[in-house]
Amino acid sequence: MMPKITGPVIRFFEQVGQVTKLILETLYYVICGEIDFKEVVKQMLALGVQSIPIVLIVSGFTGMVFSLQVSQEFERFGAASLIGQLLSLAVVRELGPVLTGVVVAGRAGSAIAAEIGTMKITEQVDALRALATSPTQYLVVPRFMACLIMLPVLTVFANLFGMIGGYLVAVYQIGVVPQVFFESSVNFIRLYDLFCSLIKAAVFGVIIVFASCVQGLNTEKGAQGVGDSAIASVVNGMIGVFIANYFLSLVLFKS
Amino acid sequence: MLELRDVYFTPDGIQVLNGVNLQIDQGEIFVIMGASGAGKSTILRLINGLIRPDAGEIFVDGVLINNLTEKEMARIRRKVGMVFQSAALFDSLTVAENVGFAWRNEKLPRPELEKRVKETLEVVGLSNVEERMPAELSGGMKKRVGLARAIAMQPEALLYDEPTAGLDPMTSNTILKLIKDLNTRLNVTSVVVTHDLPGAFAIADRVALLQKGKIIFVGTVEELKNSSEQSIQDFILGNTNQEMAVKIG
Repeated sequence: MMPKITGPVIRFFEQVGQVTKLILETLYYVICGEIDFKEVVKQMLALGVQSIPIVLIVSGFTGMVFSLQVSQEFERFGAASLIGQLLSLAVVRELGPVLTGVVVAGRAGSAIAAEIGTMKITEQVDALRALATSPTQYLVVPRFMACLIMLPVLTVFANLFGMIGGYLVAVYQIGVVPQVFFESSVNFIRLYDLFCSLIKAAVFGVIIVFASCVQGLNTEKGAQGVGDSAIASVVNGMIGVFIANYFLSLVLFKS
Repeated sequence: MLELRDVYFTPDGIQVLNGVNLQIDQGEIFVIMGASGAGKSTILRLINGLIRPDAGEIFVDGVLINNLTEKEMARIRRKVGMVFQSAALFDSLTVAENVGFAWRNEKLPRPELEKRVKETLEVVGLSNVEERMPAELSGGMKKRVGLARAIAMQPEALLYDEPTAGLDPMTSNTILKLIKDLNTRLNVTSVVVTHDLPGAFAIADRVALLQKGKIIFVGTVEELKNSSEQSIQDFILGNTNQEMAVKIG
């Protein structure tokens, strides 16, 4: 009975230890300035820029459906002037950063885990070490920097397109007066909300990158192991994003 | 140059190395032979610090490497190049980027970097492959690029993990000649792990035979061939009524 309980517990603490070690090593290289900027730009393109279309589609349509549901109800109670305000609050504070986090965890997180996992099982990670290069410095640091920078950038796009989607539905489908929508959303949203939105995105980026890099670097058992790592990185990344989102909202928007 | 003293390695409770003692001298070609799964590659990975022993001591150029940090180990690894069985080329980089990897932090001017890469590739008998991706190379070419990448660091020792595995006889001979040639030209210590007997006999200054995680023979090729030890003769003649390998898994 004991080994059945202790096995998963030990594995859990092993993983916690590995993630902690990887975070500390990454921060060490970042603080020491040992950053390969060429590789950072490459990763920003692969993980960030190439995620823009899907982020725009997801955030745009989420804004549209949110507006559709809310506008109908608010119109019925004569509270159309609150639609823009509610939408901007929901998009900037929650939907923008969370949807970006989910999209990047799915698209980039799996790509990171699969790429590093393949390198692990084909001895390329060992080859890096044999060439006196730290896998953390070469593989993790550029991806960390790329996610840290690109998640907030993607969130700006997500916020913008979420609002545009909501505006289009509210104004052209429900019939809300454009100026009313515009004024209620712009007047209500604070600079602090936008700032918190970006802070959330940056934290999600860090969670996604470490969830996927740890999985990639611990990949074993060939092609199946690469698949398992990719799945685990997406699952862990998304869970991490949702849990972190709750606590960040609790801290950042404590009125 | 390289020394293992009473080294044990037991991952997940499976005894792979069981008290290995080896001393490899400067400039020699030392071949480690043994059946598949005997722990030959494990010895190379221990020397390069890719894995750590459970007990015993490993010295590289007089330095005990057992407890070195990764940063300290990186300095040792610059002295000990490794050629992997699968070549382990970085598949997202071109041949030139793979070979020039060792110099990527030196901020060399592009013409100087290209010149060095070209020269290093010529040493291993390759030309006009700089812009190719690893996926576009044959098995023999991959091994040569892997070798070029390892010698780019100008190491004092080269570790070859099954350098002829999966190659046709002609390409195998070319690779073996290259190992012999580089050993003389670059004055490096070469440690070759293989189960290719004719190849080992052709290039070795000394050989070691690994059985059940222990070194059961160290000496010249002639001494090995003339050994009256039954297990050694069984290995040379390929008799199958023996348990050379440690069962893994």
